Amino acid sequence: MPNQPKGAIVGLGVTPMGKIYGRRAVDFAAEAIALALDDAGLSKNDVDGLLINANLPGDMDVRTQMVLGFENLTLVNVMSAYGSTAGSMMQYACMAIREGLANVVVLVYADAPLSPTRGAGQSYAGPHRFPLTGMVGLRAAYGNFGANPEYAMAARRHMHLYGTTTEQFGTIAVNQRNWAQLSPWAQMKKPMTLEDHHASRFIAEPLRLLDCCLVSNGAVAVVVTSPQRARDLKQPPVNVLGYAQCAPGDNLRTDRHPAVETGAKRSGEIAFRMAGITRKDIGTCQLYDCYTYTVLVTLEDYGFCPKGEGGPFVADGKLGPGGALPTNTGGGQLSGYYMWGFTPLSEAVVQARGQGGERQVPRNDFVLVSANGGILNYHSTIILSRHASG
Amino acid sequence: MSDKPVPIPDEISAPFFDGARQGRLMLQHCSACDGWSFPVRERCPHCFAARLAWRQASGRGSLYTFTVMHQVMNPGFASAVPYNIAQIDLEEGVRMTSNVVGIGNDALRIGMKLEAVFEGVGENVSLPKFRPAGR
Repeated sequence: MPNQPKGAIVGLGVTPMGKIYGRRAVDFAAEAIALALDDAGLSKNDVDGLLINANLPGDMDVRTQMVLGFENLTLVNVMSAYGSTAGSMMQYACMAIREGLANVVVLVYADAPLSPTRGAGQSYAGPHRFPLTGMVGLRAAYGNFGANPEYAMAARRHMHLYGTTTEQFGTIAVNQRNWAQLSPWAQMKKPMTLEDHHASRFIAEPLRLLDCCLVSNGAVAVVVTSPQRARDLKQPPVNVLGYAQCAPGDNLRTDRHPAVETGAKRSGEIAFRMAGITRKDIGTCQLYDCYTYTVLVTLEDYGFCPKGEGGPFVADGKLGPGGALPTNTGGGQLSGYYMWGFTPLSEAVVQARGQGGERQVPRNDFVLVSANGGILNYHSTIILSRHASG
Repeated sequence: MSDKPVPIPDEISAPFFDGARQGRLMLQHCSACDGWSFPVRERCPHCFAARLAWRQASGRGSLYTFTVMHQVMNPGFASAVPYNIAQIDLEEGVRMTSNVVGIGNDALRIGMKLEAVFEGVGENVSLPKFRPAGR
């Protein structure tokens, strides 16, 4: 029997995503928030809380609340645990609502790194982000730019320890592309085969282009309120049953292995306990997928299979349409859109409501959402349900 | 000499770069708990003591993991691709990112024993890199 919900998601706003130029992040944010409030049947004056996900350029700052014209907010902050922030924001929003600090809290992520003159990799992690002064200058000196080589090294370690293969990574990419073809919001809809995956160029071995996420301009906003208030609003409430974080620690110590043993383990255990359900109740996973490897290691650490068996676990295509564990049903960050933790969160809301259309999963009672930040340094988990309680 | 980015030592990192220039791998060591830290800390991450001092490390370690980089993220590496980036588990208990030299990328094996070598990369700047041990 699930436990009582800690809060409810009542509004979702997703802007057009991708190569949409000439707009700043805050403009996308305004559009997403307007869409989310309209979706909820609420107005701007109903909002008393705003949590802003800091993005990498830092242009989504606390002044966003003024720029967007909010007034008398009783909860406002910029939060950052990198890609995992969405889960932390949900956690703090629900706690604030339960404490009576705010009643209608908007969570928003917005970013606009893409420009017509730069490729995605350069836009997101170009040399402008790499200072040379001090020890941090070693990164550029060794050619260690951005997240790609770091995740590649994590994936390589997993392959070495457990025999994980590029075919298994590729299966995740293909499954998610298959999902993306069913989603009106997805950026990448061109059909993909395993051969396409293997033929795509190496970015950082063992990761190929089709192992890596997209970069998107756009925004997602989510409206959270109390389960009580949620009953009277426009959309079927999506109840928040459990949430947790885990930061597994420094990966520059030889006694730590966050590259292959992530914070998904501990944060998953806590979130499931809070929700009062088990893994078997989960009908669909929406997992942070900056790389194909991230999905695989997250499934292991949530306990869907034993440590090291993520490769064989995904190899039969069970994550894809019609599979036993439909995962990243909007195409995820690999093929859908890249909005940090708001990619999995937004798709989870759609699925929990039963509004997935062609991509709707049959079992949507309980949805598991993960988010991951840094180089597997930060993790958050949310468990959502369409049921108010048992 | 390539036009790869060259680090600029600052006050706190000076002992590391001074050491590298003299062919020594310098790491911070805590006299309170005997722990080592990397890349640079103001307090010991093991015990919080502010008793860190730079010491010469063995320079010996093993290959924890690596990647071969194909994407050009900086023009200085345009002619270097494909090049390796490696994490090396040093005997002192810290994991350092660097490059492995003196061996082809195809010959890299996780677990292989490595030792530090020093490569001049600019005026008065040297970088610790790693090569297969005992060659």
